[in-house]
Amino acid sequence: MTAGKYLQIAFGVIVIAALIVVPMNFNRYGLFILSQWAVMTIAAMGLNLTLGYAGQVSLAQGAFVGIGAYAAAIMTSNGLPLIAALGVAIVLCFAIGWILGYPALRVQHHYLAFVTLAFSTLAFLVFRNEDWLTKGIYGISNIPRPEIFGFPTRRPLPFYYLCLGSLGIVSLAVWWLIRSPWGRAFVALRENPVRALSLGIDTRRYTLMAFAIGSALGGVAGTLYAPLTQYVDPVPFSLALSLDLLMMVIVGGSGFFFGPFLGAMIAVLLPEWLRFTQGYYLMLYAVAVILLLIYSPTGILGILDRYMAERRTKAASALRAVAKSRLETAP
Amino acid sequence: MSNLLDLLVAGLATGAIYAIVAVGFTLLWQTSQTINFAQGEFVMLPAFLMLAAMQAGAPFWLAILIGILLSMLLLGLGFKMLLVDPMLRHGVLPLAIATMALAIGIKEAVKQFWSAEASPFPSIVPTGDISILGRPVALQSIGVLALAILAVLALTTLLNRTSIGHQMQAAAQNPTVAKIIGVPVERMILFTFLINAFLVALASVLITPIYLAKFSSGEVLGQAAFIAAIVGGFNQVRGAIAGGLLIGVVDNLAAAYVSTQYRAAVPLILLIAVILLRPQGMFGRPEERTV
Repeated sequence: MTAGKYLQIAFGVIVIAALIVVPMNFNRYGLFILSQWAVMTIAAMGLNLTLGYAGQVSLAQGAFVGIGAYAAAIMTSNGLPLIAALGVAIVLCFAIGWILGYPALRVQHHYLAFVTLAFSTLAFLVFRNEDWLTKGIYGISNIPRPEIFGFPTRRPLPFYYLCLGSLGIVSLAVWWLIRSPWGRAFVALRENPVRALSLGIDTRRYTLMAFAIGSALGGVAGTLYAPLTQYVDPVPFSLALSLDLLMMVIVGGSGFFFGPFLGAMIAVLLPEWLRFTQGYYLMLYAVAVILLLIYSPTGILGILDRYMAERRTKAASALRAVAKSRLETAP
Repeated sequence: MSNLLDLLVAGLATGAIYAIVAVGFTLLWQTSQTINFAQGEFVMLPAFLMLAAMQAGAPFWLAILIGILLSMLLLGLGFKMLLVDPMLRHGVLPLAIATMALAIGIKEAVKQFWSAEASPFPSIVPTGDISILGRPVALQSIGVLALAILAVLALTTLLNRTSIGHQMQAAAQNPTVAKIIGVPVERMILFTFLINAFLVALASVLITPIYLAKFSSGEVLGQAAFIAAIVGGFNQVRGAIAGGLLIGVVDNLAAAYVSTQYRAAVPLILLIAVILLRPQGMFGRPEERTV
């Protein structure tokens, strides 16, 4: 291992330690925002699989978060454990993702965007209109927070640790997934579908798989969202959330593992710091996103990546020059 | 069944407006592979430009003229030069996402600089009812329908009967060959952006008196236009027109006969059915799979 690798590991350890230690004396609101960051990062990570690794636009990630949230709200309000809701949310979102993606991916890649757009609106209508299940516009309140191995998470700090821990588990799973043959197949699809096909990769099945897994992660985020806010109504799960999540992935850097972490941080924390801009915030954000996309379509991490690559080539060519001059001066 | 005729006429009227918006949408796609997710906001904005002009003291007809010109300047020329041109080299996907960001930007700008409330907007066609076959039918619907049909006819004439129209089609179908035979492809692409900006401004004039001017009204409109374009056929102007009319009628009938709660769902289900059964749309040519 090189010094750079050690530096990276040390940096990672410091960040994780800071995420555990620093919030200990945060107030209720600070913990809420941080928990929200963790939840949104999970949802954005799912979308990053679909968008960044498999190259498909999904405009329904917000709806999948909604499905997860309603599953958690309805089941835990009726006394079932959150872990059961998690299972239901994962299976439901995976299955719906698969069914949605199947017709869309038969045709052209941008059709998934339209189908998911339509689905997003349909899901919102169901959340709003099916009173018997979702309590309609009045929403479900007093959603209980779970007990994990006998520890209650009613207070903000333990619940934040639950969100952070879930984020950790999801991160490890995604890390493993993108390094597995599956993950490599996803990237092959994005980079060159024809070549992937000729190498014997069933492109449609892998694209579907990426979309379905990404959707399931949206459901996971939802099951945390419901006990976080302890109140679920249809409004937060409109198309706007799907667009927000898409922006998070893009801004952070789609196709980069840490892109969603950064993107969610910017989308969740920045509005808190930019309170003074008042209503202009979203407008400025939209303009910033467009400028960023023009400059670097792979987001902030894309800029960083380009800079690092440039430095590496420079260092390599410097080494080459030295080696060459040595060769020439050698007897 | 008492008001079927009225529903049908109203459906055709809104459908004709959807058709105009959908035609612009397909034009942009054909000439420059732009999937404009801000198309709905493009329809919402000109109404506010016109309202601003009227507030500054311009009479209604002048306000409309100013609105259309500003729209062509901002949503045609400005959109192409500032967003599409620099983004196009990155590919279809980042451009589509940039238009989503643009949609958010336009919506928030209107909300901030104008108002979050809905504003009334005067109608350019006379209001009131007239009697057809002994049934009252809204005059506004008929006026809107007539104007929309006129616009569509003018557009198809431009595209199919004039030299510029032929050059635009050539530029859309095969830019390389078009360039070789001397078609100024770049200028033709700019023309389609200007035409799109004109069409959305026109749609804005026609639809805003019915649904009021509101910052968020673009969402519904944009979605209706997407669905119309896909149902009709993404790569055909006549497909977009038929799709628009169909969606308008289906939407209105669904509100009356299915349920007002799930009215918005019916066009969506139609969309999913079309993608399942006939993905190129009712009138579209199958496109070769682009990879």
